[in-house]
Amino acid sequence: MEKVIQHNPDLVIIAENLTKRFGKFTAVDHISFEVKKGEIFGFLGANGAGKTTAMRMLSGLSIPTSGKGIVAGYDIGTQTELVKKNIGYMSQKFSLYDDLKVWENIELFGGIYGMKDAEIKEKTDKLMKLLDFENERNKLVGSLPLGFKQKLAFSVSIFHNPKVVFLDEPTGGVDPITRRQFWELIYDAASRGITIFVTTHYMDEAEYCDRVSIMVDGKIEALDTPKNLKKQFIANNMDEVFQQLARKAKRGE
Amino acid sequence: MIKTNNNPDIAIQCDAVHKRYKETTALNGVSFSVTRGEIFGIIGPDGAGKTTLFRILTTLILADSGTASVDGYNVVNEYKEIRKRVGYMPGRFSLYQDLTVEENLNFFATVFNTTIAENYDLIKDIYQQIEPFKNRRAGKLSGGMKQKLALSCALIHKPSVLFLDEPTTGVDPVSRKEFWGMLKNLKAQGITILVSTPYMDEASLCDRIALIQNGDFLTIDTPKNIVSQYPNKLWAAESDNMHQLLIDLRANEITKNCFAFGDKIHISSPLNPPKGDLKTLDIDKTIRDLINNGHKNVVIQKIEPTIEDCFMQLSQR
Repeated sequence: MEKVIQHNPDLVIIAENLTKRFGKFTAVDHISFEVKKGEIFGFLGANGAGKTTAMRMLSGLSIPTSGKGIVAGYDIGTQTELVKKNIGYMSQKFSLYDDLKVWENIELFGGIYGMKDAEIKEKTDKLMKLLDFENERNKLVGSLPLGFKQKLAFSVSIFHNPKVVFLDEPTGGVDPITRRQFWELIYDAASRGITIFVTTHYMDEAEYCDRVSIMVDGKIEALDTPKNLKKQFIANNMDEVFQQLARKAKRGE
Repeated sequence: MIKTNNNPDIAIQCDAVHKRYKETTALNGVSFSVTRGEIFGIIGPDGAGKTTLFRILTTLILADSGTASVDGYNVVNEYKEIRKRVGYMPGRFSLYQDLTVEENLNFFATVFNTTIAENYDLIKDIYQQIEPFKNRRAGKLSGGMKQKLALSCALIHKPSVLFLDEPTTGVDPVSRKEFWGMLKNLKAQGITILVSTPYMDEASLCDRIALIQNGDFLTIDTPKNIVSQYPNKLWAAESDNMHQLLIDLRANEITKNCFAFGDKIHISSPLNPPKGDLKTLDIDKTIRDLINNGHKNVVIQKIEPTIEDCFMQLSQR
């Protein structure tokens, strides 16, 4: 029998034997971990290791075949709508509407998450200052350079002050300086207590996480701080850790 | 047919190529040449102009001005010759999703008047990895397998020049390493390769590279020469609290030009030293100040730059 999960307000994500099967194929195979409030948690794995499926379950988009998960205090098996309301999500592929202006995108997402007009307006002003975006406020998002877009998309994904934000390869293709500015936004959000759950193929970014998990063939093969993982695998950097683990993978995507 | 470029050692020649889309300048007068048998990397972020350059060289779009030739043939007047002899793998998967692996390969072989058997040697190492799935429809393949099929299809007519537009984007580090191994084998068989990537760590796998940003080449050289021409001094710093370390270093006029770099922070000497020569950072004093600010286990060491450091320096100029 599965153990009843204790609600602990400091744990923003709890996964216990989380499993997802598609027919005979086990995409995610009994993964268990916990993520604390304000933690930056790196979720790594080779293409096809099961990261996307796991992330879809944690964000309330896919119901686990078995196992249990609590995200932002809600059950991902039975309270998916409450989960969705209390998380943020951003991916490289979809983030904002290109044919809406910067402020229109913010208003749209703020509205969807039930924020009041006055609050949206006040926070928009602050955000434009913080990002140094005041001249871009009335521009169509489609006309902005990718780096600008990604920084804005991240800010919009945490605009409603979610407990946790899921970032799916947020910095793919972004130039090196903007990529680092993006991570400085992540640090800032984490220091304000927002939990960050992030996937990336840039191994230098794995080093910026408080803890990192590495999935291989649906299972979590390693989970620790970057420092301890490098010690454990006698590696100079996270790329070497990743190469050692992911090379063992048997399955493709 | 008269060849535009008569130097047989040059596989790609590009002179002052401009391309605009309405108000956006995609390529701002790009010039370079690729020697036969080279792996030449075009390295830069999304939106830098990489794909536009590839589309001009593969004769899919026309430049507004400037000239270019591939394998000695002009991209405008002699596009038909070029199309016969180049292989092109676009960034987006563009094989037929509802044909099987084998049908796709057969189709491309037939279009180029050849057969799989004729050039099997060239693709053997790559195709063998997906051959067990040859009856599977391309749309049902994993990302890694699609990539291998696309590469096989781009090679099946034994092209003299291979264009690979971001073949490793979104691919995990293990598969990326594998892919570069395949390119090395192709180079050994005499194929010239022009490859673009947003991953700076792939630069060292190319013979020469061009760093591109906003439609301009920042530099063209061997990775080694680019690194050796880095004009600033560079240090790597670490302490027990990396986020705070970044904030503290930023607050100091001398160390403010710093960025997170994996588990270290790279500090480059000021681009325009405020007064006198501050190029030699007083490391001992910086370390003392950081310890006084509460940092533990502070280490600062002088280091050699990576291509990414060079890119950042060049793009900030």
